[in-house]
Amino acid sequence: MPLLSLRGLSKRFGQTLALDRLDLDVAAGEFLTLLGGSGSGKSTLLRVVAGFEAADAGAVLLEGRDLSGVPPHARPLNMMFQSYALFPHLNVAANIAYGLKRDGVPRAERAGRVEQALAMVGLEGFGGRLPHRLSGGQRQRVALARALVKRPRLLLLDEPLGALDANLRERTGFELRALQRETGAAFIMVTHDQQEALALADRVAVLEHGRVVQLGAPRAVYDRPATRFVAQFLGTANVLEGRAAGEGFDCPGLAATLRPEGALPPGTTACALRPERIALRPGAQGPNSAGGVVEEVAFRGDDSLLLVRAEGGALLRVGHAEEDGPPPPRGSAVRLGWEAASVVPLAG
Amino acid sequence: MHAALRAILRPLPLAVPSLWLALLVAAPLLVVLVLAFAWPAESVPPIAPPWGAEGPNTEPFALVLEDSFYHAAFAQAALVAAGTAALCLLLGFPMAMGLARARPAWRLPLLMAVLLPFWTGFLPRLGAWIGLLRDEGWVNTVLQSLGLITDPLPLLYSWPALFLGMAHAYLPFAVLPLYASLSRRDPAMEEAAADLGATPWAVFRTVTLPLAAPGAAAAFLLVFIPAAGEYVIPELLGPPGAQLVGRVLWQEFFQNRDWPVAAALAVLLLLALLLPILLFQRLEARR
Repeated sequence: MPLLSLRGLSKRFGQTLALDRLDLDVAAGEFLTLLGGSGSGKSTLLRVVAGFEAADAGAVLLEGRDLSGVPPHARPLNMMFQSYALFPHLNVAANIAYGLKRDGVPRAERAGRVEQALAMVGLEGFGGRLPHRLSGGQRQRVALARALVKRPRLLLLDEPLGALDANLRERTGFELRALQRETGAAFIMVTHDQQEALALADRVAVLEHGRVVQLGAPRAVYDRPATRFVAQFLGTANVLEGRAAGEGFDCPGLAATLRPEGALPPGTTACALRPERIALRPGAQGPNSAGGVVEEVAFRGDDSLLLVRAEGGALLRVGHAEEDGPPPPRGSAVRLGWEAASVVPLAG
Repeated sequence: MHAALRAILRPLPLAVPSLWLALLVAAPLLVVLVLAFAWPAESVPPIAPPWGAEGPNTEPFALVLEDSFYHAAFAQAALVAAGTAALCLLLGFPMAMGLARARPAWRLPLLMAVLLPFWTGFLPRLGAWIGLLRDEGWVNTVLQSLGLITDPLPLLYSWPALFLGMAHAYLPFAVLPLYASLSRRDPAMEEAAADLGATPWAVFRTVTLPLAAPGAAAAFLLVFIPAAGEYVIPELLGPPGAQLVGRVLWQEFFQNRDWPVAAALAVLLLLALLLPILLFQRLEARR
């Protein structure tokens, strides 16, 4: 039995449908990221699970128990807020102890568990500080400790790294992952940052218009995007429009034929091709190759991004690795090629 | 020429409010201070200036500081002001909470409704209370016609009537700062408390209320400070025993025509109110 089961969840705010008959299962001890743009429904999903919003239809089942009508304070799960929502009038220790106190945990045990929680997030000795005397990163840890101190089996995290600056984000991300393994709790983390989603999760659920459009392991979702939206949202793949013709896929924009590894689903109208899977192949001919002119070259450190105007008029993003030598200069004519396995037919 | 003109004009923006303060605050204050050291006299105005042959008169301050009648007037004013402030907090808190939680489109009209009493004159509003509360007033008439009472209740000129009038007049002073502090808070704070297992009542007790405390203190002082000098409401609605300092001051000035004692009372009231005023300023600076 999954730890958390969402069945046909719908939620409407005025004219907009935030959740649209959404189904999702989360296993115990799993790290799941909900990835989506603004308005995709990812935050609403979290708020419905936490009980702050009631779904218009559908059910939230936690270990098989229907949570509809159960108020937030009676739900056996915890949430970490994007703003951290630390209580400004309570010191760090009292913030962390808050949930234990509400549960009637005796004072002595409370103190011990607060100490443990502080040690867990590396904030020993900070118990007496007030939240406004902490740095952003420290506040984030207090919020995390407060949400974990009750040892929930399910923790909801709303953009937990969103307020941190870039170099702190990576480190905190690893710590989050380590904490999740250590506590064995299932984490559902909302994020709009695709790298964060891919780096931390066991599984990624990509949300669009209140529905899960793709669910899977990060590598699988990245390599085999199911729809145009997923392909472009994750790693900005080239989406090539065209139509199936025999075993191949005719793409007028490239003036070329793409040939995927397996059979092309009938009625395919678009294929995805990752920039880093396209290579310069002078003299390449036939399917899975195309010609064009380099329009722009952008150095990105570990590689260069080329914008190549294909013979059919489409603009192709091409990743050029540093170890392949200097990138071709602007204005030069190039031949491009790729493996059949890199051609991903899209369903929608 | 240009530079000279600028040199004249530059201090002007500061000069205007300074002049304003000098004319409307400092000068009257100085007059009151001079009056407090003047001698009573059978003349118009009924004083002799303190720079005559007899020198300044210290009698009024001595009298006010020694006579227990005046002590009681100060004590009563403090108690009534504190009671009014407490009453306004009690009534104003749910109002402010409702305002802060109302939908944005509703907030402005509701705020206007809070300020509505200010749009009518102060005296007509007190007149309305008198009309309601007097022996032949609406309340007594209705109760009598319902057969609940035979003789009219002595509602007017009582302590409850006084507090009713005070609370009515000063309620907006409490609602506005409370609303300001309640509407500033992060709604996620209360959700976080609920998420950690707090029942709605526990959320209110442990999060909402403590976070509103600075706003509540400001509201209390904002009512207390003007209410401490109030004289019209005790005069028109209160019992004869309500000898608050504002009312006593008024009587000294207009009935006894003892301007020096009235002025000494005014100076001492101002000094007494400096403490809550400074407290309020510190609270506001901290926010």
